[in-house]
Amino acid sequence: MTANGATPLGATTPEEVAFAQDVPRGEPILEVRDLLKHFPLTKGVLFKKQVGAVKAVDGVSFDLMQGETLGIVGESGCGKSTLAKVLMNLEPATAGSVKYKGEEISRLSGAALKAVRRNIQMVFQDPYTSLNPRMTVGDIIGEPFEIHPEVAPKGDRRKAVQDLLDVVGLNPEYINRYPHQFSGGQRQRIGIARGLALKPEVIICDEPVSALDVSVQAQVINLLEKLQGEFNLSYMFIAHDLSIVRHISDRVGVMYLGRMVEIGSDLEIYEHATHPYTQALLSAVPVPDPAAREHRDRIVLTGDVPSPANPPSGCRFRTRCWKAQEKCAREDPALTVRDWLEGRARHDSACHFAGERDNLI
Amino acid sequence: MPERNEDIPDHNDPLRNIQPTDSDHLDYVGQQGLAVEQETLIEPDPVKREQARSLWGDAWRDLRKRPTFIISALLILLLIVIAIWPGLFTNADPRAANLTQDYLRKPDYTDFFGAGWFGYDGQGRSIYARVLYGARASITVGICVTLAVTVLGGLAGMVSGYFGGWTDSVISRIIDIFFGIPLLLGALVLLNAFSVRTVWSVVIALAFLGWTQLARVMRGSVITVKQSDYVVAGRALGAGTGRLMFRHILPNAVAPVIVVATIALGGYITAEATLSFLGIGLQDPTISWGVDISSAQKVIRQAPFALFFPAAALSVTVLAFIMLGDAVRDALDPKLR
Repeated sequence: MTANGATPLGATTPEEVAFAQDVPRGEPILEVRDLLKHFPLTKGVLFKKQVGAVKAVDGVSFDLMQGETLGIVGESGCGKSTLAKVLMNLEPATAGSVKYKGEEISRLSGAALKAVRRNIQMVFQDPYTSLNPRMTVGDIIGEPFEIHPEVAPKGDRRKAVQDLLDVVGLNPEYINRYPHQFSGGQRQRIGIARGLALKPEVIICDEPVSALDVSVQAQVINLLEKLQGEFNLSYMFIAHDLSIVRHISDRVGVMYLGRMVEIGSDLEIYEHATHPYTQALLSAVPVPDPAAREHRDRIVLTGDVPSPANPPSGCRFRTRCWKAQEKCAREDPALTVRDWLEGRARHDSACHFAGERDNLI
Repeated sequence: MPERNEDIPDHNDPLRNIQPTDSDHLDYVGQQGLAVEQETLIEPDPVKREQARSLWGDAWRDLRKRPTFIISALLILLLIVIAIWPGLFTNADPRAANLTQDYLRKPDYTDFFGAGWFGYDGQGRSIYARVLYGARASITVGICVTLAVTVLGGLAGMVSGYFGGWTDSVISRIIDIFFGIPLLLGALVLLNAFSVRTVWSVVIALAFLGWTQLARVMRGSVITVKQSDYVVAGRALGAGTGRLMFRHILPNAVAPVIVVATIALGGYITAEATLSFLGIGLQDPTISWGVDISSAQKVIRQAPFALFFPAAALSVTVLAFIMLGDAVRDALDPKLR
C-alpha cells in the first residue's frame, strides 16, 4: 500500500505537468501505519465489562512529507479530530504506528514524549476555549518556553514572545492583555504563535478556521501559508470545508467512518475523484455560478452515517453507495491504485469499483 | 538546537531572521471590522507597559480599586485588631459580674465605649466588653476552620477531579461517608474525645466534618475545567501535572470554592455557637459570641439587646468575609475587570 500522492506519470496537459512538479516531495516526516483508536464501551458499575468499542480511527495509513500540507476532510464524526489527538499523543493509540523521522512515537511517555512534543504542535479549533482566560497573552505564548527552558534562555523569553506576536501579525505591545480583549481571528493568531513557539516541524491544525468568521478565515489561512514558507513547516490540516482544504493543501485525504477512503494530490482529488464518497462530498460544494449549476450532477446520499461502534461489513460506505454490489459487503476494499484507472485518476482509492464521474463541480 | 536544524539551513533561528514588513500588519488591519476593533482596544499605560503582568498581580492591582474590597478589608483588619488586643477598646472586665446592680441592665447609648454602652447580660456582665473579648474565639474558629476546609477539601477535590478513575471513586466514597454523619452528632462524639475543650479542639472537629462540602464543589469545578481546550493545549505542549493543576485548572476552578468558603465561614462561627449552646463547644471561662448568643436566648423577651449585639457582631463579620470573597472572585476573572 502506498500512501504517496502525486503520480506525475498521468500528467497530460502542460499545466498539469507543471502542477505536479509544484507538489513538494521531501522526505516523509510523519509516517502513520494502520493506526487504530477504539474507545471501549463498558457495562457494569463495579466490575466493568467491555461490550464493544467505538472504532473512531480504524486502520489509517498515510505519510506526511516535509514541507507539505496534507488536508484531511470528512463529515462530522468520521474520526478526523481523534486522528489528530492520537498523532499528538493526547490519546493513546489502540494499535498501529506513528513514526516521526523514522522514530516510533506513539508509545512514548515521560521525557521522550516531551522531547517529541517540541517538534509536533497543534492549533486548536475554537480560539475562544483554547486560550486560558486567566493568563495574559505573554504568559500563554511564553508557556512553551517555561516547559522547555532549553528553547529560549530566561532573559530572552519576553523578547521571543514579542517576536512571535510580530510574526503572527499582532502588536507586540499586547503582551499584557488577556484573551477576552481580542477578536476571534486575533485569538487564533495567538494560538498559532503558541504553536510556533517551540519551532516545531509539524503543526496539526484541527479545524483552525471553522469557528471563525468567513472574512477572518482567509487571513488566518494566509498567515498559515506564509508561516509555512518561513519556517518550512509541514501541516496536517483538518477541516470539513472543501474549498479551504483545496486552497491550502498539497495533498488531500478523505476520511469516512474511521478509514481513509481516498488520498491524492489536490488536483487528483478535486478534479479526478474516484471514490463515490469523495464524489458525493464534492457534489455538495455550493457553486456560486447559476449557469454552471444547471448542468451539474448533484449526488444526494441517502441514509445516515452508520455507527462507528458497529460499522458495516466489507466496505464501510456500501450502505449509502449507489455502486454497491455483493462484493462490497464481502470484501474490505484496500486503499490502493486500481489497474483500470488512467491519468490523474491513478491514485489511492478504497473502492472496488473506483472510477471518475463527470459534472461534479 | 543546532542538530535539529542542520538539514534546514534557513530554519536556523527563524524568530530572529524575520523582519515583519508593514504588509504583515496590513493583512489584519485591512479588514474593516478588525481595524475598528484594533482602535477600540485601550492602549496600555506606557509606564506600566514594560513590566510583565501576571494574574495575581493584576488581581491585586484591581482589588485595591474596588470599594467592596477596601470596606471589607478595613472591617476585617479592625476585627483582627479587636481579636488580638480587645483591651485597647475597653477597660471593662468581660468576666466581672454584678448580679444585684447590673442584671439585664438596659444599654446606655450615651456611654460611648463604656462598660454599659451595650447594656448588661443575665449574669450582670458588660455586653460591650464581652462582644470585644468574644471576637477572638469566634474569629479564630471562623478563619481557621475555613482555611482548613478550603485547603483540605480543595486538595481532595482537585486530586479526585483531576485524576478521576479509582482515585476519584475512593475519595468520592469517603466524601459520601462523611456526608452521612450529622454535624452535631459527629461533633458530639469528636469533642467528647478531648479532655479539655479549647478553641482548637472545636476547630479540629468542625474542619474534620466540614471539608467534604468544599471537596465536592472543587471536584465538580475541576472536572469541568479539566476538559477545556486550554488544558489539552497545555498537555500538548508537554506541561506536567503540577503546571496543569496549578497554572491552568486551579485559577479557573477556584471561583465557586471562594464563594462557598466565604459563605461557610459564617456558618462555622454559628456552628461553634450551637456546639457551645449544647455544652459540647467552648466552655464558660472562654468568651465567644456563640456562647453569648445562646445564653441570651433565655432572656430574649426581657432583654433583646443581650442577643442583638453579639448577633450583630457575628453578622458584620460574616458580611465582611462574604464581601471580601466576592471581590477576590471578581478580581480573579479578567473579564470582570
